[in-house]
Amino acid sequence: MSAATPAAGNGRRKRMSRLRLREAIDGYICIAPWVLGFLIFTAFPIVASFVLSFSRYTILDPPRFIGLDNYGKMLSGDPLFWQSLKVTVIYTIILVPLGTIGGYVLALLLNQAVKGVGFFRTVFYLPVVTPAIATSYLFAWILNPEIGLVNNFLASIDIEGPQWFASREWVIPSFIIMSLWGLGGNMILYLAGLQGVPTVLYEAAMLDGAGVWAKFRNVTLPMTSPVIFFTFLTGMIGTFQVFTGAYVITSGGPADASLFYILYLYQNAWNYLKMGYAAGLAWVLFAIIFVLTLVSLRVSGRYVYYEGAVR
Amino acid sequence: MAMTTRTNRENLPMGGWLQSISKRQLVSQVLIYILLLAIGFMLAVPFIWLISSSLKTETDAFAIPPSFIPNPVQWSNYVVGLTEFPFLRSTFNTMIIVVWVMVGTVLSASLVAYGFARVRFPGRTALFILVLSTMMIPSHVTLIPQYLLFRELRWLDSFKPLIVPSFFGGGAFYIFLLRQFFLTIPLDYDDAARIDGCGTFAIFWRIILPLSKPALGTMAIFTFMSQWNSFFEPLIYLNRFETQPLAVALTTWVQTAHGAGSMHYVPWVAIMAVSTLIALPPVAVFFFAQRHFIQGVVVSGMKG
Repeated sequence: MSAATPAAGNGRRKRMSRLRLREAIDGYICIAPWVLGFLIFTAFPIVASFVLSFSRYTILDPPRFIGLDNYGKMLSGDPLFWQSLKVTVIYTIILVPLGTIGGYVLALLLNQAVKGVGFFRTVFYLPVVTPAIATSYLFAWILNPEIGLVNNFLASIDIEGPQWFASREWVIPSFIIMSLWGLGGNMILYLAGLQGVPTVLYEAAMLDGAGVWAKFRNVTLPMTSPVIFFTFLTGMIGTFQVFTGAYVITSGGPADASLFYILYLYQNAWNYLKMGYAAGLAWVLFAIIFVLTLVSLRVSGRYVYYEGAVR
Repeated sequence: MAMTTRTNRENLPMGGWLQSISKRQLVSQVLIYILLLAIGFMLAVPFIWLISSSLKTETDAFAIPPSFIPNPVQWSNYVVGLTEFPFLRSTFNTMIIVVWVMVGTVLSASLVAYGFARVRFPGRTALFILVLSTMMIPSHVTLIPQYLLFRELRWLDSFKPLIVPSFFGGGAFYIFLLRQFFLTIPLDYDDAARIDGCGTFAIFWRIILPLSKPALGTMAIFTFMSQWNSFFEPLIYLNRFETQPLAVALTTWVQTAHGAGSMHYVPWVAIMAVSTLIALPPVAVFFFAQRHFIQGVVVSGMKG
C-alpha cells in the first residue's frame, strides 16, 4: 500500500493528512503480528471450542452436534466431574488463605529484620524458582511412605507417619504442603508492598497514640490490601489450573482422590479423545474463574483500600 | 508484632526511656531472627535433601535416622542421570524451544507494544482494550482447538506448536508491560529522530529498543523461566521421547521405566540427580540476575 492512498470512503470525517495516514499505516503494521495471532490462536479457537462443547468429537469421526448433552452429563451423569471439582475447590480453599497469611507473616517478619534481609529473601524465594517437575519428584520422594525423609525421620522418633500421596485422606494435604513450599512467591510481593508504606503514616499514627496493633490494623493492613487482594485472586485462578504435580506424582489417584480439574480435562481430551466434552469442561472452568473474579472484585470494593482512588 | 522498628529508631535519642525501648527492641529482634531461621531452615530442608540424596547410595538414602551428609559420596547417580537418561538431547530440545520463544516474544511483543504506545492510529484504544481482555481467558479454553489446528497442520511432534505462536505478539501480558515501559520514554526522542529522517520503524529499532534493554532483559528472563518450567504444552504436543524437552522427558523416562512389562528400574537417587540438574539453570539465573528478577516480579506481579 502506498503512502499516497487517501483515506477513501470516509467522507463525513476530515481527510487525514498524509503524515497521519502514513503513521496510521505504520501503526497497523506494528500491531499486525498481534492481530493475526489474536485471530488464529485466540478468536478462532474460542469460537471453535464453544461449538465443540456442544458436540461429540473423538478426532477419528467428524464432530456431531449433540446440543447441551455434554453439559447435561457434567451436571447429572458424571461423578468424576464433581469429584474433580471437589478436589480442586478443597485444595483452593485451604491453600490460598494459608499461602496468603503465611506469606504475609513472613513478609512482616522480614520487614522487621535489620540485617540479612537479602539472605533470607533468597532462601525463601529459592523454592519458587525451582522447576515444578523437580519440586514434584522431590516431594514425591521426601513424602514417600516407606523410604521418604519425613517418615524415616518420624520412624527414628518412633512415630508412624501417614501414607501421604498414597492415601486418600493425606493426598490433598500432601499437595498443599508441597505448594506451601513456594510461600516465598507471595512474600516477595507483600514485602515490596510493606516497603512502599510511607513512614509518615506511622509517624502520624504514633502522634495519635496508636499502639502496635492499631498501627498494623489502621495503617499497614489497609495500605497493603491491594497487593493482598491481587495475590488472593491470582492465587485462586492459579490453584484452579494446577496440573504438573498431579500428573507426575499421583495421576489423580489414589481412587481419584487427587483428580484435579485440569488433570480430568487432560484425561478426557488426550486419554479418551473426548474433545467435545473436554471443551465443555474448559468452558465451565472459564465460567468458574469469571464468577470468582467478579465476586472478588465486588467484595474487594468494600475491603481493599486504593490510595488516590476517587470514592 | 512490632511494626515500629523504623519509627522507633528515629525517635531513639528523645528521652530517658531509650534504655527500655532498645531492650524491648533487642528482644523482638532476637525473636524475629529465631522465627526467620526456623522457617528458613524448614524451607531449605527439601532443597538440601534434593542435593544430598542425589549424591547418596540408595541404602544410605533410606537410612533411619536420615542424615544430610552423603556417606559415601556417590557421583555415579549423575552418570546414570547423564547417560541412561538422555540428558543432553533433552536439554538441547529445551534450549531450542527456549531460545526461539525468547526471540519471538521479545521481538514481536516489543513491536506490538511500540505500536500501542507511540504510534497513533484510529481504533488504538479499542484494540488495546481487546489485548487486555484476552488476559481474562484461561489458556485451557483455547487449548483444544489449537491442538486440533496444529494436528491438521501436521505440526505434532515438532517444536512449531510451542514456538510459532510466540512470534504473534508474545502474549497480552508482555505487550502490556512493555507498553507501560515505552510510555515512560520521552516523546522528544522520537521527534528528534524524525527530524533526522528516521521513520516509525527506524525509531523503534534505533531509539526505543536500545533504551528498553532493562525491560527486555527482564522479559527474556521471565520467558526463560516459564519455558524451562513449561510442562502441559510440550506434554500434549510432543509424544516422541526423542523430541521431548527436559521436564517431560524425565516424566516419560521414569514412567516407562516403572511401567508394567519393563524390567528397568530407576532409582530415586538418580531421579534426584536429574532433578538437581534441571533445577540448576533457573536457580543460577535467579542468583545472577536477582535484583533484576525480583524487581520484575514485583512490578509485574508474577511469581516466576
